[in-house]
Amino acid sequence: MRSQRDIRRLSLFLLLAPFALWIVLLVALPQLGMLFLSLREKIAPRVYEYGFANYVSFAGEPIYWNTLLRTATMSLLVTALALVIGFPVAYYIAKIAGRRSRGALFLLILIPLWVSDLIRAFGWILLLRETGVVSSLLQWSGLVSGGIEFLYTDATVVVGLVYTVILFMIVPLVSTLDGMDEAMIEAGYNLGGNGFTVLRRIIIPYAMPGIVSGCIVTFMLTAGSYLTPILLGGKNSSWFTAQIYDQFITRYNWEAGATFGVLLLAFTSVVVWIGLKLSGQSLSTTVARS
Amino acid sequence: MSARKSPSLMLIGYRLYIAAFFVFLAAPLVAAGTFAFNDSLFPSLPWQGFTLDWFFSATEPKLGMFHDRRLLSGLYYSFVIATCVSALSVFVGTCNAFLFVRHYFPGKNALYVVMILPLVIPGVILGIALLVLASTIANSLEQATGIELSFLRPGIVLVVLGQFSFIVTIASLVIVARLRKFDMAMEEAALNLGASRARVLATVTLPYLRPAMIAAGIVGFLVSFENFNTTLFLVGSEAPLTVIMYDRMVKVGSTPVLNAVSLVLMLGSGVLALVSILVQRDRSPS
Repeated sequence: MRSQRDIRRLSLFLLLAPFALWIVLLVALPQLGMLFLSLREKIAPRVYEYGFANYVSFAGEPIYWNTLLRTATMSLLVTALALVIGFPVAYYIAKIAGRRSRGALFLLILIPLWVSDLIRAFGWILLLRETGVVSSLLQWSGLVSGGIEFLYTDATVVVGLVYTVILFMIVPLVSTLDGMDEAMIEAGYNLGGNGFTVLRRIIIPYAMPGIVSGCIVTFMLTAGSYLTPILLGGKNSSWFTAQIYDQFITRYNWEAGATFGVLLLAFTSVVVWIGLKLSGQSLSTTVARS
Repeated sequence: MSARKSPSLMLIGYRLYIAAFFVFLAAPLVAAGTFAFNDSLFPSLPWQGFTLDWFFSATEPKLGMFHDRRLLSGLYYSFVIATCVSALSVFVGTCNAFLFVRHYFPGKNALYVVMILPLVIPGVILGIALLVLASTIANSLEQATGIELSFLRPGIVLVVLGQFSFIVTIASLVIVARLRKFDMAMEEAALNLGASRARVLATVTLPYLRPAMIAAGIVGFLVSFENFNTTLFLVGSEAPLTVIMYDRMVKVGSTPVLNAVSLVLMLGSGVLALVSILVQRDRSPS
């Protein structure tokens, strides 16, 4: 029996090793390194001072924190839109579509999931630019006389982002709604509820884990997205990740870039944490299930 | 929902909404794919006729994707990176699955949450954080000893590690889900029949996990192939396909060769995704 327990011990440690290496070397240490770098200030070549100077200069520069605020509000807007647009679609797939079309619709939803952000943004560019499909069709139909540029506006960025992330909203919603017993809805109607009450008191509470999970992933993907705002919003889209890229690659100011990185991470973590607390969920009941 | 009051009209409206949604979903993909066949130097209307030049033509200005050396080298590097990431992720993901499903240790639930965390860290942050750490180590090592570790500089190794750091979470979740459904009686039966532990693992447990491992591998491969955000900061001279395509896209004069590449990628990932779904569906009744 003793050797039996030793074997279990040994296998536990062998299995713990790759997990620990991964988490410590590729996740924890890099984040700490970034935090450390953000607290460092270069005052002369190879002379550094440690403190909050980078954060102070961030706070003193309205362009920087305006970009963060802008990214934040637009991400929240995109998340809300994705939920409002995606919920009826998820409900249809899970509850209204027939058994056979359900699988097909779900597959159709998944197909764009496997297409790179880059190709999706490229497709939108081809549709929306001044010489693009929509503009050409409008001219051809005689509705407008000259070409219309749809790109490089905030509305386009929002549409593009909703498009990019909405699948991550729909998939967890479908899997939660799928488990809901139809009898619950029937009961709601039988007890005298109208459509709206049934939606608010029965369907939405039931779908809450899916909603939270979808919102978290959607928000995080939006706030951290880079391609869609740059390609659809142009160079002046003032997206926070673009600022990070700018500091790191263009200006080679790693200390400032790391500061921005820490701020973005802190910000998204706080929003995710608030979302989990407000809904009483945890990461393993939401994100892990989707 | 409130389809109940006047079912027909509400339902028709609802169906129209769903149809409109799918048009919205398909439109950019169709646009990206269709212009690959346009016999024009620009991926835009008017339609100039059908051509396969953007795939197979060997001469400028209509250099097809299969003759474009830079695109082909990008495809090659993407393939190498995705293969490494996928193999590593499946291996570590399987270890994680056994760790979290079969073992009990203090702090297990907290560590399970830690395992999921990389999925909620923005990809850009994973990229720059790894870049900062690797460069710091490389710089201090060079200053102290004069040894230059080139794999810590932006390049293929860092790209693989950066992508692996969050793809392994996806792989772990897929494999954990399958291992949880495993009936322990099957292992016990094999042990009672005299099989060694290693033999049980090789002939009973791992074959049971195989569909999930294949699916996790395919998903990991696809996610890696498409990744841009994390890769952008870690890329060296061996640029993968997404980075090369992005560089061409931000330049104004992009030709339909990008559409050809997009179409090939869409078809490739569509087939792979279908395989991963079929593999998972074909499971023994349990």
